[in-house]
Amino acid sequence: MNILRQKSWSPYLVGALIGVLSWFSFATADKPLGITTAFEYTAALAQKAAVPQLAESNSYYGEPEKTPKIDWEWMLVIGVFIGAFASSKLSGDRASQSVPPLWAWRYGDGAAKRFVAAFFGGALMMFGARLAQGCTSGHGISGALQFAVSSWIFVALLFASGTAAAFLIYGKEGANRV
Amino acid sequence: MFDSPTKLLLGLLTGILFGFLLQKGRAAKFHVIVGQFLLKDWTVVKIMATAVAVGTIGVYALVSFGFATLHIKPALLGGVLLGGILFGVGLAIFGYCPGTSVAASGEGRRDAMVGVVGMLVGAGVYVALYPSLQPVIKSLADWGKITLPEATSVSPWLWVFGLVAVVAIGLTALERFFRRAGEGI
Repeated sequence: MNILRQKSWSPYLVGALIGVLSWFSFATADKPLGITTAFEYTAALAQKAAVPQLAESNSYYGEPEKTPKIDWEWMLVIGVFIGAFASSKLSGDRASQSVPPLWAWRYGDGAAKRFVAAFFGGALMMFGARLAQGCTSGHGISGALQFAVSSWIFVALLFASGTAAAFLIYGKEGANRV
Repeated sequence: MFDSPTKLLLGLLTGILFGFLLQKGRAAKFHVIVGQFLLKDWTVVKIMATAVAVGTIGVYALVSFGFATLHIKPALLGGVLLGGILFGVGLAIFGYCPGTSVAASGEGRRDAMVGVVGMLVGAGVYVALYPSLQPVIKSLADWGKITLPEATSVSPWLWVFGLVAVVAIGLTALERFFRRAGEGI
């Protein structure tokens, strides 16, 4: 059977290949894998285009390290979408579901409720990522493998607060349904 | 406004491989991510720990031969502490992290697509509030762009091989624990 058509690979193989991919990104672009800076830059460019007078009074645009543009990382995010699309198409592992079963067990199968939670959960998560300047990729993988102090603190905290929040949301009974 | 076309293409290629791997690793799935935080499905930890252990060897080799440089985010404690906590809570509610939500959108998941729009809005709020957030981010100590080898004044290779050993032992123990737990049922 063609390996590309398999629905899933061993997590150790996937992890090792992501590790090798991080060598590739450092070697070819001198960049660590990361996702959320591209979201910040997109939002910054959109705000500047939509409300230029607001951008003028925002010190964000004067910061030397803030240079919002369509860059390597921006294309990386587009690539992640394409890559996951290709992988799921090849294996037929597609999911068009709006409400995951575990969520439906806890909060019912209404799509509107799930969408509201996904929207605000995603917004909160991104807001946190930008405060800390990284996410599960930028801190969790790239920062951790460089032994950045900031990244190891971030990873410890995100697992602690994520676990606490998940148990508050789904409880022990939810855990038994995974 | 734009990086060079070569860099853009390299980013796209790297992203395609990253997304392909995330999907094959089942990391683009709600129940796998939430299952990790409910301590039932350890796929996310297995992927991340292996990626970090393999990645650190090559990246530190590239850096020591001068083919790449380290990109360290500052340990601005106010931002990192508050950001880490909010990130975990948002992640538990949403059920995907930033990279895997984009991959899950590629897999066709509608709730992930809605969350990605929310992420753009969250980034927009951060940019809009940037000036007033600075006192919060800088409210605690700033240790700068520091690494653990620098903080402990030892060779990075000690940390690299130490981490590889810890990950290898930890993941072997995890597998043994679950095999034994499986036999117990």
